[in-house]
Amino acid sequence: MSEMKSEPVILNLGPQHPSTHGVFRLRVTFDGETVVDAEPVMGYLHRGSEKLAEGRSYVQIVTLTDRMDYTASMSNNLAYVSSVEKLAGIDVPERAQYIRVICAELQRIASHLMATGFLLNDLGALATPLMYCFRERERILDMFEMLCGARITLTYMRPGGVLQDAPAEFWPALNTFVNDFPGYLDEIESLISGNEIVLTRTRDVGILTDAQAINASITGPMLRAAGVQWDLRKANPYEIYDRLDFDIPIGALGDTFDRYMVRVLEMRESIKIVEQCIRDIPQGPIRTGTPYFIRPPAGDAYASVESPKGELGFYLVSDGGISPYRCHVRAPSFINITALRDMLVGWKMSDLIIIFGSIDIVLGEVDR
Amino acid sequence: MESLQAGFLDFHSVYGFFDFFLPDGMDWLAFVLAGGLVSFIVINVMVMGTGLYTWFERRVIGRMQARLGPNRWGPFGLLQPIADVLKLMVKEDTVPALADRLVFNIAPVILLVPALLVIAIIPFGDDTFLGRLNIGVLFIIGITSVNTIAVLAGGWASRNKYAMIGAMRGVAMLVSYEVPMALSITGVVLIANSLSLFDVVAAQGVPFWLVQPLGFLVFMAAASAEMSRTPFDQIEAESELGAGYHTEYSGMKFAIFQLAEFMAPLVTSIIATVLFFSGTRGWDPIPGQIWFVLKVFVIMFALLWVRATWPRLRIDQIMAFAWKGLFAMALLNIFVVAVEVMLLQDPNTGALTTSDLWLMAAINWGVTVVTIAFMAKVFGSKQWERPVPTPSPLANMYAEAD
Amino acid sequence: MYGLGLAKGLTITMKNMLMPGRMFTLHQYPDRKIGLLGLAKLEGTNPITYSIKRPLMTLKAMVGLASVEDRMPQHSRFRGEEFSWYEDRCTGCASCAKYCPLGIIRIVTHPSEKAVDEGDKYVLDVFDIDMGRCMFCGLCVEACPYDALHMGSGFEEGKYSRRDLVIDKQRLNDAPKRPSTWFRPQIEGQGFDPQSGDEVDWTKAGRHVKPSREDQQKKWAKR
Repeated sequence: MSEMKSEPVILNLGPQHPSTHGVFRLRVTFDGETVVDAEPVMGYLHRGSEKLAEGRSYVQIVTLTDRMDYTASMSNNLAYVSSVEKLAGIDVPERAQYIRVICAELQRIASHLMATGFLLNDLGALATPLMYCFRERERILDMFEMLCGARITLTYMRPGGVLQDAPAEFWPALNTFVNDFPGYLDEIESLISGNEIVLTRTRDVGILTDAQAINASITGPMLRAAGVQWDLRKANPYEIYDRLDFDIPIGALGDTFDRYMVRVLEMRESIKIVEQCIRDIPQGPIRTGTPYFIRPPAGDAYASVESPKGELGFYLVSDGGISPYRCHVRAPSFINITALRDMLVGWKMSDLIIIFGSIDIVLGEVDR
Repeated sequence: MESLQAGFLDFHSVYGFFDFFLPDGMDWLAFVLAGGLVSFIVINVMVMGTGLYTWFERRVIGRMQARLGPNRWGPFGLLQPIADVLKLMVKEDTVPALADRLVFNIAPVILLVPALLVIAIIPFGDDTFLGRLNIGVLFIIGITSVNTIAVLAGGWASRNKYAMIGAMRGVAMLVSYEVPMALSITGVVLIANSLSLFDVVAAQGVPFWLVQPLGFLVFMAAASAEMSRTPFDQIEAESELGAGYHTEYSGMKFAIFQLAEFMAPLVTSIIATVLFFSGTRGWDPIPGQIWFVLKVFVIMFALLWVRATWPRLRIDQIMAFAWKGLFAMALLNIFVVAVEVMLLQDPNTGALTTSDLWLMAAINWGVTVVTIAFMAKVFGSKQWERPVPTPSPLANMYAEAD
Repeated sequence: MYGLGLAKGLTITMKNMLMPGRMFTLHQYPDRKIGLLGLAKLEGTNPITYSIKRPLMTLKAMVGLASVEDRMPQHSRFRGEEFSWYEDRCTGCASCAKYCPLGIIRIVTHPSEKAVDEGDKYVLDVFDIDMGRCMFCGLCVEACPYDALHMGSGFEEGKYSRRDLVIDKQRLNDAPKRPSTWFRPQIEGQGFDPQSGDEVDWTKAGRHVKPSREDQQKKWAKR
């Protein structure tokens, strides 16, 4: 039977829409319920962070990076300060590196929990899995509050280390969390992973093949869900990741379910990493003394970390002054979203929402 | 027609009350007064009950989601629905510029009225009812289909693409699910041998959900699709369409939509109680009304539980489920029940004894288990085996960079 | 079997409903609804004794109207509003103003009459912080070389006008001195908790004890 063709309808999804995860606009052409074409329209949250960075000192820019991917501020801080350290040749004490890795992995768990919860929310699960995910995320944010007094916009890392050593109450809280979390993850998984409705909705939906993903320079869980075993923590180990023992989970098909599953498996790996860090963390200083206004030698540097969304890199050009001459951000969300059209065309409107949700973008990072 | 028994709350006793005080020849006035009073009571009880239900739903779902739910206004947050209504009343009542104003304004009413009309014929107790309709089942099936028109009218008149998509999905879905719903009720009618709800209740020596579980499951699935709740809430689909067909509504019109929407589970539970949970029947000395409310409560809780747990199906999967799954199951149910009734019933009176019902229950449970296992197998045959993840050869991070 | 996942999901939600330990760590602000059991526990008695002693409260608790004050426990490093500023420690160096990424701190000073070489410092004419634009990054606190400026611990500083959000010297001086221990290990080392209601004296807020006026004068007179 040939498909009945009808007049295509152009629908603006966003900028105000419950499932665009921010002020993102997607101009979609529908034929009935089927997506014929999709064109992302970005820039509604553009704040000119890269330009603002050119007028600020190197430490002040840390506050700007907090606001790019606001679900993973620690990773942003880490990427930025790594870049500054590379540019200015600053050494980082070992304890600071361990604390950084703990923070980055906790932030990865928090970000993945949020991604998983909102994916299920997009699937229409009336916020129940979302609430369970947020319940665990809350504990991570609590720990961040212990560390640096803020929960989202952390401003915790500094070129040359971290701002302040962890307080005494932090380590017991972290231990409890690390012990409890696998159990809670099991619970969330048994609510979601085996659910036939979730499976029917997500399996084989929105497939992104490995070739497509590499061509579009996709990184992060999306790339790994496509079966490409690529993780900067292993491929180009920064901080102390080369001393840690962990696996890089990959997916088989690159569909929406794989993207969900890779995130869940990564959370388990992150817990493993945090456990090892707690075991190995040495005593010592947490910050090398840097001047308030760092003046790196003229030159440029690019450093990248594996943020929860993908490869997050900062490219800094210094002219020897107190602020960078140019700051460019390789934002994983922005690049991951370029593959959106390839995944969407041919699927139904409901699939559009979950495919979009499974990319896990944050508009603060897309538009910067 | 059977003799009308005087009751706790029925139209005829109220009419008799007014008629007693009014002079002869003023019957019509008594009729109007009684009708007005009874309608007033019914509508208000239903609206208040819906308000209470919204509170119950939010508390229970809140608990299931590991939070508290409303607890600020009044004892345990019981006044929350009133606060909500007050808030909606002071909101601006906007109508889109290009909207079809008449249809736009009338759509909420069309959605609300059927839910209230159904109440008129429900036997809440042996002596608590408004109308004793001898074709009650038919009335229910007919009246509850009207909300399709309201959904389409609301979505169409809004001149909004989201509302339109929601309305179109709604019409397709509601019409499809009418079929399995009507077919599942047919099983009840076959056993009860009557279309009157009173006879249906009287025939339930064994509750019908035990006698024909397949019909009951089909009914509940179809009913939760009819009232567009998860996993079938594609009409609203708040993560996709904003609010579906009532995206453009605000103020009291939106409140009426919400009222109708939250009244739907209440009405559905009431209908299910009458049709499948033996209505007012229970053990003495607890009166029938209490039994009725308890059963409604239990069904409502089950609906909430499902709503809080499961995600939503896609629209084509919903339609496939209706036509390939529920429709076949409902037909099978009718067939099995019809054969059983033909063999077991008394050839003269057409009545079934309780032992007959137990026998049918035993057979039907077997049939249900086999059918569901079969259906699960058919639907589950699409359960793709996940290939073992193998690293793609296109990029290898363990290789030395060149 | 196909369909078991759905049933498993139902058990999970039911488990979460029935097990109170699975709740969010909830803190209801500003007051928490409390039942009879909780009230009795607060008083340190059992519900029966409590209901005899306080029948009115018992009745309120039974209908769900009783409430006690509650508040999110903040960690002592919480970066909050209403900075704690010690004029006695501040020299008017304006490091904070330079370090602020948004440039919202405004400082105007003039040399004191007694002059710096007599051991006095610059006098602050203006010390304004525009809280309306502050993002609580805390860089000003990090920059302060004399530990004069500390993050506050409050969060209830909502105002009706933007003009009221600018806190000036007077308000900073009048504000209760409950500094957050963020980037102030010396206060954290004292075991200070800003939520306890205690205040920190200016003499204790610094990394090192500030020399007394006489010592300073002696030191400067030697030069």
